[in-house]
Amino acid sequence: MNAVLPVLVVLLAIIAVWYVAAWFLNLNWAEQQLAREGIEPTFSALFHNTMTQERPVLPAPHQVAAGLYEGLFGQKITSKRSLVWHGWITLSATLAGFVMGTLAGILLAVGIVHNRAMDQSVMPWAVASQTVPILAIAPMVIVVLASIGVTGLLPKAVISAWLSFFPVLVGTVKGLRTPDQMQLDQMRSWNASPSQVFWRLRLPSSMPYLFASLKVAIAASLVGAIVGELPAGASAGLGARLLSGSYYGQTVQIWAALFTAAALAGVLVLIVGWIERMTLRRMGLAR
Amino acid sequence: MNEPVIVADGIDLTFQTADGPVHALKGVDLTINQGDFVSFIGPSGCGKTTLLRTIAALETPTGGALSVNGMTPDEARRARAYGYVFQAPGLYPWRTIAQNIALPLEIMGFAKADRMERVERVLELVDLAGFGAKYPWQLSGGMQQRASIARALSFDADILLMDEPFGALDEIVRDRLNEALLELWARTAKTIGFVTHSIPEAVFLSTKIVVMSPRPGRITDVIESTLPRTRPLEIRDTPEFLAIAHRVREGLRAGHAYD
Repeated sequence: MNAVLPVLVVLLAIIAVWYVAAWFLNLNWAEQQLAREGIEPTFSALFHNTMTQERPVLPAPHQVAAGLYEGLFGQKITSKRSLVWHGWITLSATLAGFVMGTLAGILLAVGIVHNRAMDQSVMPWAVASQTVPILAIAPMVIVVLASIGVTGLLPKAVISAWLSFFPVLVGTVKGLRTPDQMQLDQMRSWNASPSQVFWRLRLPSSMPYLFASLKVAIAASLVGAIVGELPAGASAGLGARLLSGSYYGQTVQIWAALFTAAALAGVLVLIVGWIERMTLRRMGLAR
Repeated sequence: MNEPVIVADGIDLTFQTADGPVHALKGVDLTINQGDFVSFIGPSGCGKTTLLRTIAALETPTGGALSVNGMTPDEARRARAYGYVFQAPGLYPWRTIAQNIALPLEIMGFAKADRMERVERVLELVDLAGFGAKYPWQLSGGMQQRASIARALSFDADILLMDEPFGALDEIVRDRLNEALLELWARTAKTIGFVTHSIPEAVFLSTKIVVMSPRPGRITDVIESTLPRTRPLEIRDTPEFLAIAHRVREGLRAGHAYD
């Protein structure tokens, strides 16, 4: 309960700063509008205008909240104006990409730990893949896959996996290498096979590292899915919502989509964290 | 009873390091007989752990001949000739004590019923009966090390190799475990190789004390103990015990004479 007060203070401070910023950023347009309509630019008239513009430079918090509420609850969830519908489109690509990225990351890590040649050849490419801006890669992935007839969820999932495999790879390699020389000698003294060492020692030892990287990966997956929705002029998904908002100057719509994405990421990370706690507690690795 | 089980004939072991070769072992001759309790004692860097690891085929000698149960050390390892107890218990936190002890049995392919029966038997042997369902963190350090000894005993190897198993424990616990170890040795008639840097521990436990010295790692003295096999803790105050301890100390000092 001690945390409630500081959290509230920070939250209120952010909202206050936001309101002040909205006032200053929207003031110019408000003055022009009042002049056009021949209204006396009093403080209250200006203030009212900056807080209620239809296409503000920076929408005020209550406008975003209203847009968010309207998008989430004011529509049928099958409507193309519903953030629930768009969110689901993005979420499905995120989860597909997360599963693909996690599997790829774990498989590559297993190879790297067991094979010296893979250790030296795969890692540089994995690092290189992450240094190329994803915004440059995404359109190419979409175009290439579309040319062989793959459209819809899969291209977005591929971009999402592109971002999420890397943290899983790095974390799992680190985790699989945590058993110390004594534990490996112990296994050797029992004449254990490499697969027995893997399943009984390396894999369980890597769990804390794997989960830490899964939290990073699920958030990266969401970013990848949204980025994957930007290029091809997709009509569905949070990324498409962001894009159409920016075409038509619908800043409230952009901010509402952004907040939906942020909330979605938060919930996903919480779910992974919950699975982590359950698993590690069962394994006796967290108390 | 007095069949030789471990025979070392002029073993050398040289590690190639960035600073040039390090002679970990040089010209080590040693015979360990069935049922012996052999302690290896010496200052750090004298190769006592390396010698034990060589017997366990965790290191390979660069020269000389070494046989364990009449086989090469590596064949002996594959034949599961020995149980090895490391300095730390090395129990897996995600397994209960019973599951930890069953780990080598699983790896070696023992049937489930057999595993459970063996786990119960060795738990009783190290005085941990009833603790099988506990997790390692619920046990004290001494109990954890006893569990690791139980694990090394579970598959009935004739040889037990122990690398400073009680080094991290306080003296009171150590005395208790030394007594328990002698009792266990008497009951199981195993051949034990035991690395330590404590003179009283070596003298109290052993039928044979191997004194080693560093740079290059070699044997400076082998003392056949004259103490009876059954030893109460009080034996440490007898003149006989003190005489052996004195000879060990002399041997250690001689190894350092050139420093």
